Formats: sequence, structure tokens, C-alpha cells
Amino acid sequence: MNEVNVSMKINGKTVTGSVESRVLLAHFIREQGGLTGTHVGCDSSSCGVCTVLLDGYTPVKSCTMYAVMADGHEITTVESLAVGGKLHPMQQAFWDQHGLQCGYCTPGMMLSSIALLKQNPNPTEHEIREGLSGNLCRCTGYNNIVKAVQQAAQVMNQPELAAAADD
Amino acid sequence: MTDIAQGSPEIVTEQPAKFAMGKSMKRKEDPRFLQGKGNYIDDINLKGQLYMALVHSPYPHANIRGIDSSEAMKIPGAVAVVTSKELNAYNVGWLPTFHGLDKQMVLADGKVLYQYQEVAAVYAETREAAYDMIELVEVDYEPLEVVNNPFKAMKDDVLLRPDREAKTNHIYNWNVGDQGATDAALATSDHVVKQHVVFPRVHAAPLEPCGCIAEFDVMGRLQFYVTSQAPHVYRTALFLVLGIPEDKIRVISPDLGGGFGNKVPVYPGYVCAIAGALVLQRPVKWIETRTENLTSSFARDYHMDIEIGATKEGKLTALKVNTVADHGAFDAAADPSKYPAGMFGIVSGSYDFPVAYANLDAYFTNKQPGGVAYRCSFRVTEASYLIERAMDIVADELKMDPTELRRKNFIQKEQFPYKSPLNFTYDSGDYEHTMDVALEKIGYKQLLEEQAEKRARGELMGIGISTFTEVTGAGPSKHFDILGIKMFDGAEIRIHPSGSGIIRTGTKSQGQGHETTWAQIVAEELGLDPQNFLVEEGDTDTAPYGLGTYASRSTPVAGGALALAARKIREKARKIAAHVLEVSEHDLEWKDYAFHVMGAPGKTITMKEVAFAAYTNPGDNEPGLEATLYYDPPNMVFPHGTYVAVVDVDRDTGETKVRRFLAVDDAGTIINPMIVEGQIHGGLTEGFAIAFMQEIAYDEAGNNLATNFTDYLIPTSLESPHWETAATCTPSPHHPIGAKSVGESPNVGSPAAFVNAVIDALSPLGVRHIDMPLTREKVWAAIRTAENAVAAD
Amino acid sequence: MFPASFEYVRAHSSDEAFAHLQQHGSDARVLAGGQSLIPAMRYRLARPAVLVDINPIKEFSYLREENGFLVIGATTRDAQLEFAPFIKDRYSLITAVSAVVADPIVRHMGTVVGSICHNDPAGDWTATALAMRAVMVVRGPNGTRQVPIDQFLVDSYTTAVNEGEMALEVRIPIPDAHTQGSYQKIERKVGDYATCAAAVQLAMNADGTIRQAGIAITASGPIAMRVAAAESMLVGQRPTLELLKAAAAEAPKIASPNADQRGSSEYKKDMTRVLVGRGLKQALERLGVTA
Repeated sequence: MNEVNVSMKINGKTVTGSVESRVLLAHFIREQGGLTGTHVGCDSSSCGVCTVLLDGYTPVKSCTMYAVMADGHEITTVESLAVGGKLHPMQQAFWDQHGLQCGYCTPGMMLSSIALLKQNPNPTEHEIREGLSGNLCRCTGYNNIVKAVQQAAQVMNQPELAAAADD
Repeated sequence: MTDIAQGSPEIVTEQPAKFAMGKSMKRKEDPRFLQGKGNYIDDINLKGQLYMALVHSPYPHANIRGIDSSEAMKIPGAVAVVTSKELNAYNVGWLPTFHGLDKQMVLADGKVLYQYQEVAAVYAETREAAYDMIELVEVDYEPLEVVNNPFKAMKDDVLLRPDREAKTNHIYNWNVGDQGATDAALATSDHVVKQHVVFPRVHAAPLEPCGCIAEFDVMGRLQFYVTSQAPHVYRTALFLVLGIPEDKIRVISPDLGGGFGNKVPVYPGYVCAIAGALVLQRPVKWIETRTENLTSSFARDYHMDIEIGATKEGKLTALKVNTVADHGAFDAAADPSKYPAGMFGIVSGSYDFPVAYANLDAYFTNKQPGGVAYRCSFRVTEASYLIERAMDIVADELKMDPTELRRKNFIQKEQFPYKSPLNFTYDSGDYEHTMDVALEKIGYKQLLEEQAEKRARGELMGIGISTFTEVTGAGPSKHFDILGIKMFDGAEIRIHPSGSGIIRTGTKSQGQGHETTWAQIVAEELGLDPQNFLVEEGDTDTAPYGLGTYASRSTPVAGGALALAARKIREKARKIAAHVLEVSEHDLEWKDYAFHVMGAPGKTITMKEVAFAAYTNPGDNEPGLEATLYYDPPNMVFPHGTYVAVVDVDRDTGETKVRRFLAVDDAGTIINPMIVEGQIHGGLTEGFAIAFMQEIAYDEAGNNLATNFTDYLIPTSLESPHWETAATCTPSPHHPIGAKSVGESPNVGSPAAFVNAVIDALSPLGVRHIDMPLTREKVWAAIRTAENAVAAD
Repeated sequence: MFPASFEYVRAHSSDEAFAHLQQHGSDARVLAGGQSLIPAMRYRLARPAVLVDINPIKEFSYLREENGFLVIGATTRDAQLEFAPFIKDRYSLITAVSAVVADPIVRHMGTVVGSICHNDPAGDWTATALAMRAVMVVRGPNGTRQVPIDQFLVDSYTTAVNEGEMALEVRIPIPDAHTQGSYQKIERKVGDYATCAAAVQLAMNADGTIRQAGIAITASGPIAMRVAAAESMLVGQRPTLELLKAAAAEAPKIASPNADQRGSSEYKKDMTRVLVGRGLKQALERLGVTA
């Protein structure tokens, strides 16, 4: 057995485990981290439902990475987005715009969207479609995902909008 | 109910908003999905569970001379290997198929009949060990001649299913209509247009693959967690396969990461997991790989010949269809028992054919079994595509505008209920109106002008129309059953003292938003707040029996059950209201969502107040406020729509670009416009995928060429067009709330619009038809062939 | 699907990585971005006994211009090129290719050097490296050596990197102000390998003649290929539509694509012509030259 010790911060919390070197990051997050919002949908790095953020805002496919590769790194998953019961503007936008149906692609899609806005705070529809083209969705036909990202962009660029929405 | 948070769909409907229905209420289920707290099958883990993996055949057709699992059992963590020998010893080697006309091997029994067929199941302490084991199970195959298409199968040179009584690859013949009258009408028609059209083999491919966990608890009761669109049918099927009484089986279908028909069949892996759990006395978990998902079932694969007769003025005279169906190795099509070709009789579409005849023969081949209703009400997609594609060919032949040919032949709105020549009674529709709305909204005239200019410059631009009619909502139980179980649906509503409640149905949402729409239906009937209803589905211990969610049957059947169950509650509430208001129940009328004493303005009681009284002051009435109702619809429902695609084709590369796409759907009464619009967007994207990308293709040797997402192509946001939508409203006259269905319409209606648009673009070159998927290469080849033909002249 | 078991070795320096590779020989594979290797391992199409992870080597991640070359380190991600402002300003071919390699998420892990070393017949970076006349830097037992890209790409999935060796960086001559490129790719969908693609870079003389041409096609044979005949046809000439057409027509002559689900050999061959032609046209447009 090729066991390795792996330790990483997931959503700010240190998660440590002795796992086989072949364990994928997605499974480490789900099993050692107990965070099942990170999904697995294919074996070929095609679908992106396993997308998480690495060391800040770098989106990576956690099933195309071994857990041991993330040793010493920081991982952000969907579970960290809502703070104190308040949804992240991206979550709120996906809800408002009906940007999800079965919910399986949603965590990866939202994390990719957040990374996209970090890179490009005011994307056009085409730029959103390009930026999210590593994440498949089988339910929504993407129209409402685009609308959700547009809404989130608007709110995230103007935090006072988010505050006003609270009132 | 004034401040329900609403989404803002772009869809414009003709229907007035009501109290709770017709409103774009934001989805109640979303908060858990948004926060990564959905509960999907792989999120469930039971203490002490084993992991199962399956050994698959590399050969499409082979005898199995032996299986040696000794090396596999040496892997650390190996627990067991099961083959058909062990299953047969327990009498679970074969499964009945859903319509009861065939049976299917659980694990290869002496031979394999398709590539990737399940040959052995391995059980291990870890997932990794299970996958190490399957590499080491030694199977001795003797390859046999492969039958990779139904036309070879029909020669019967190679008999694929010697286990069956009939020694032929022919499975069944099905036909409907008047053959003699149709032939006679075709013989005397001014024009007869013929075309061979293939609807290729495709797969639903939800992003979450299938999976299960089986456990026999301390009481010997099977707890079966499984990705199922039809949990009650599974429970009964498991009784039939395993002989376990139904009270000893609990089927739990958790959140589903999409289904689209893929999660209807009972797969061999499920039986292996249960068998393992029984024998090993440990929970067994099995999650499909993407390859397993893509190779264990399929949809479509119809090879169709159509003949349409018409007068020179463009009046249709007759329709004749002959179909060869490829069913793969087992006849595991998910069709109702009496309808082996599903609702293929809808092939006469939206048009008033005086006579019609459809004939179909199905064959076994060395391909994966299935014929699931992929976002489709049992073969409606094949039928709709065929007639809508053929209408364009007829128009082309008669040199008519395709919209004019359609207008001339639509079933008129006063003809409903309309008895079709292929034996359906259409409930309602206004096809011409819906088409007019679409043509106006897309700017058809301007598009034609633009096209004429572009054609003059040699550019290839196409406009494609599809004016489809669906048949959904199976169905009247006198016609439809699965495994003998009639296709009704149950609903149970329980109102709590505070006026909130719980709703349970035998359906199972896979993303359709039942937790929201079911609450809206009940709230509308009772005048209660839809936010205050909990909707539960998927647990056979608690939900009333139902046939499940597929074939666009949830709203037509369970939706009807919910409305009627709510009305049952209203009738009981009337008695309690009468008691509270101290009047006779006959003096009460239900108006504006409350009971009013007739002739005594201001003397009213709301349902919320009645609910409280039902528990605190019921008088002589039975306390409590709840109802259970099983709804057996009197007829199917017939949604329709007009779709328009605008496509530009790149002459050099064959690349097609869908520049615009408008869907105008008539789904009858709409419960939640936002959800309806979302369903349309999603279905259009799948229709787009089928038209241009998705195909389960096989090579000559019977090798499956689409076994993962690198070859079975799901469109991304970049390929998918931007969708435009609108809705007309022709309520179903027989449905309790006038609703029809919509989830599958876009997948049914759009492929023809896409293909018609591309062919329209190529029509100046003389191209008449290309079979889907319209890959760049196929389009390029058609253009080159046409150019070479011109050059040769 | 789950990979076969392997031994994981982490390298923190070039020396450490090299020592591991020397020690394990053909049993070892370098793990950089892993975006091709890990899926292959999940399908058990690849099953190295040892993976030498070079990601922790800090000094391997760089993207800089020095001595007339753009140098890209062994763990520099595709996305670093995609988003670097100076690349966007001055490297039109790299800008174009870096937006269409694999998909946007994969590009955050995938590396340029790793992709060239993988030498997939449909690689995007290999064709780009040919068009830009890149040089690979390889560390071997006798120190480092520079290998021109034409010699580096040996055969499908085979390069001039021998057992126990590793590629350290790719060096790309910095295009001057009179140099522009274009990347033309046909893919069935985002994330698919190219059905066909062409990388083109043209440098102009002050007199309006073409000083240098780099033209390569991919998914058109066992490895990405330089269309040398087209290059020599263009150099020293003033671009005309006829000349571009003639140059593009050279591409299908050397193409020998396999028929697969992406298309027939005939189709792909014709696409080399179409895409080289379009690439040349776009490069000239970017140069402000009318053919």
C-alpha cells in the first residue's frame, strides 16, 4: 500500500489523513473532509462538477488531482460560501435566476463563476459562456446560469446593492 | 401570500396569474443545493459498507468458457466475487424487463451479448481494492460473430437469443392505422414524398451517474437507497425478482443529479448489490463509472421510412411509416406493456391526415439494451422528429413555404377533441395561433428577406420550423401499465393545525422542482401559503404508490391527483367551516380562496382558520384534515409548440452556428413560469446536443465508440445557443387544473427545427436530408458532394 | 474509476527531481499539471509505478522574457499565459492558443512544458512551439541541453527526453513588432482534442515582404507537423491571395490524419488547408497587411 500523510486546509479548517497516494482530491474532500458538496460526475476530467478553488481563486478539477498534490495547500469548497446563514451573492443569484435544477453541477459551477469574476469582474455573456465552458450542466441549458453570473457580478461590484437587498 | 420571493423569467405567457399558481415562485428546494447540502446517492454511507465494482465484457458477442477469480481474491481487502453461477443458485440470474415481454441477464449467463455487458461483480473493503480486483478476474471468452445493426439481425443468420422460445432476432411487430386505405390514398395522390430518416442511438447521461446502497437491517428488511425515478416500481420489481415481500423492502430515492429517463430501468448492478448485501450480510455500495452509465442503456435508434401523399395544392392525403427498431441485446425498452412502440402513433403530428398507417419491427442486436424514454414520452421524440422533418421535405418538393404547408394542414382548433387516424384522441390545441405567435416574435418575414439577400451572395443561412404535438401523461389505466401495474399516481396531503402541511406523492423530482410546484398546486386549491408545505417524495415507506417521474407524466397525473386530493380536503373543510360558522354546508361557497356564507357578506372563514378548527373544534366531524387520492386520468394530454431555429453554415468547414432559437410552447395551464422556462432551456440544450453532437455510435465490429464524456459529447455553455421562449395557453379540458406538460417538449420538438434549419441553409445546393447528428464533417461532405455535382454538370 | 497504486515522490528542487528520475528510470513519470496523465491513470491506460511530483519546486514556475526569449518553466500553467497582460499585448499566437487549450478549469493546472512533453498527436502547444520555433531545455546526466522543437518531437507520445531525464523549460523567440500569429482550431466542443488545428506566425520585412513564416498543423498525423513547403513558399514574398492559397494547399499534402469520430481523413486533410489559409489571413490582418 502506498500510503501518504496528507494535510490541507479546507475552508480554513485543517484536514489531515493517511490515505493511499492514488486517492483523488475530490474523495479526500468528501471523505476525510466530510464535505459532500463537491461531486464527481465523470472519469475523464470532462464535467467539472468536482471543481474547487485552490489557494484562493484558482479553480481546479478535484478529481483530476491527487489529494497528496494539495498537501499543504488551501482548498475552498461550496460549503464555505454562505456565511452565518447568509448566502454568498453568487448563491443568491443562482437562486434568484433559477440557475440550477438538479443541483449536481451547481457547486462547481458557482465556484468557477466566482473565479471568473475574480479574473474579470464585468464579463459579457460570451465571456461568461467561455469562462464556464469547463463545467457541464445538463439541466438548465445555461441561459439562467449566465443571468445568475450577471446578477452576481453586479452585486459583487457594488456591495451596497448586496447590503440593500438585506433590508 | 403577497410577498413570495419570485424569480424573473423572460417567458411571456398568455395566462393570468392566480393566487399561488402561474407565479414564478423561487424554488423551495434550492437552499440545500446551493450550499452543497443536497443528499445524493454517493453522499450516503452506511457503517461497514463494502464497495462493489463490475467486470465488463470487452467483446460484443462471445461465449464464456470460464471465469477464474482466484487472483482477484488475493487483492488485500477482497471480499467476494459473484458470477451468474451464484446468482442462478439464488434464482436471481435474470430480470424481467419493464413491459414484461423479455428478460435480461443480471450477469452474463454463458455468453455476452454486447460490449461492456456485466460479467461479474466484485466486493471489497475499499473502492480502490474493488477496482484492483476487476482487473484480475480472468474471463475466458470465445468471440462470436457480431450483429451490429438490425438489418443484419433480420436475416437471422446469427441467432442472438437462443434462450427465447422464438428462434429469431425479430422481437415483435406493431402497427396501427388503416394500411389498405393508406396505400390506396398514396396511389392516387398528386405527390408522394418518401424519405429514410434515422433517429440515432443516444443516451440521457445525467451528470450524476446511477448508484445504490443495499442493506439488510437487523430485522432482515432490505433498505435500498437508489437513484430511481420510480421508487415504487422498483419496490414491486424487487419483489418480483427477489421474492422478498414488499413490506420487507424500503426503497429510498434521495436527491437525484438529473435523470432524464436514465434512472427508470432496474440495472443489473442493483441486483448484484442487493445479492451481495444479502449473502455477505454487509451493506454494499455501488456507484456507476461514467462508462458504466453510458453503456448500460440507450434511447431511440429508430430507422424510419416515411411516405407522405399530398395534392398539388399542398393538402396532405396520407401518411405511411415503416420503422425498424434496434433494441440491442435485450428488449428492455421502458414502454408500457400494451405499447411496445410507446406513443409512436403520434407520428401524424399536428396535421389532419385523412388516413395513416404505421408499422414497426423490432430486432435484437449486439448492443446495449434499453430504449429508455429519454426526456420523451415513450418514442414521441422519434415520431415528432420524423413528421416535422418530413413536412419540410414535402414543402420543398411542392415548392411551398414550410409554414404555409403546415398552416394548410393543421388540425383546426374547433376539431378538438380530435380523433387521429392512428387512434389518439387529442384533447386541445390551437396550432395556428401558436405558430403565428412564433413567426411574429422571431420576425419570420424579415428573416426570409435576409436569407434571400444572403443566398444571392452565396452565403448559407437557414430557417427551421417545427410545429410539433406531443402525447404525454400516461395514462389512463385501461391502456397503460408497467409490470402489470396501472399507470395512475397517488397524492397525499395532510394539513396541520396551523394551516401548513405536508404533501407526498409517488413521483420523484430529478431537478424539475416538485417541492415548489406541488406546493403551488395545493396552495392554489386551498388558499394556503405554498411556502408552508413540505413536499416529500422518494421514500416508499411514506409516499403513496405512484409510477414515478418520466415520460412527462408528473404534472398530468400526479398534478391531477394533488388538485383532486386538495379538493377532497376542501369538501371536508366545508363541513368544518359550516360547523364553525353555524350554517349548513350548503350555504357556503368557496370563493376568493375562502368559504363565504352566501347572502351574508363578511361572514367568511379562511382555510387556515378551518385547519385550526379541524383539530380544535371539529364538531361532529371526524377530526383532522387530510386526504389521499389516486388519480387515473381519463385521457393523455397533448402539449404542442412552434420552434424556430436560425442557422448559419460555414461553407468551408461545415460548421453550423445556431444564431437564434425561439420556442413557443403551449403546455396548457402553467404552474410556475420560471420553472417552465428553465425546463424549456434545458430540453432545448439536449435537443441541440442530439441534433449536432450526441451519439452512441458503434463500429463495424460492434465496439461502442461513446463510452465516456470525451466521446459522448455534452454541450458546454459555449456551444449552447442563447434560448428565447414564449408560451401560449390552451388548457387541457380534462385535466383538473388544465395543465399539460413541458419538460420533454423542447427535447421532442427541437431536433427537427435544428435539422430543418441546416437543410434549409443547404437547400440551394440541392441537399434534401442529412441524418443526425449534423457533425461538421457530414455538413461539409454534403456541401462538397453538391458542389462536385454542379462541377460535373 | 480509480488509478492503480503508485509510489508518490515529492521533489522540492530540480536536483531532487532529477535524482528520483535517475533512480526509478522507466518506472517513473514526472507529475506536473497531471491533466492528461491523471485521467489516463484513472482509466488505467497509464500505470506508472512512481510519480515524481515537481509541483512543489518553486523555481520551476516562471514566465519571463530573457535574452530574446520568452521562457516558460516546467510547472507554469496554461492559465498563467492566458492571463498575463504582456502576453496579451505582444504574443498573438500564444494568446489565441492559450484560450482554446482543453477547457478553462483544466488550463489552471495544465502546463505548457508538460503538454509538449506529452506530445499528443492533437496537441495545441506542440503546433504552437513549431510555428514559433521554440527550443526545449532538457536536463540529462551530462547537464542541460537545448533541443530545437523539430528534433524534440519524435513520435506520438515520444520526445527527445530520454529515460531518467526531464524537460526544464521551453524557450520561445520573442516576436518583434512586425510579427503576428493566429491559432485556428476546430473542435467538436470545448475540452475536446482538436479535430484539426493550425498555428501560424508571420514576420514582415519593412519592404512588405515576409521575413519569416511559422506554420504548423496538429491532429493531422502522428505528431504536430511543420508545413515547411508553405513556409518557404512565403518567405521573401509579398503576400497575395493567390500566394496564401497556394501556401495553404501545401498543408494537406503532408497531412496523414487518422479517421476517427472527429472526422474522416479526407475531411481533416481539407481542414488543414482551410485553417492554414485562415490563420495566414488573420495573422496578416493583425499585421495590418492586406493580401
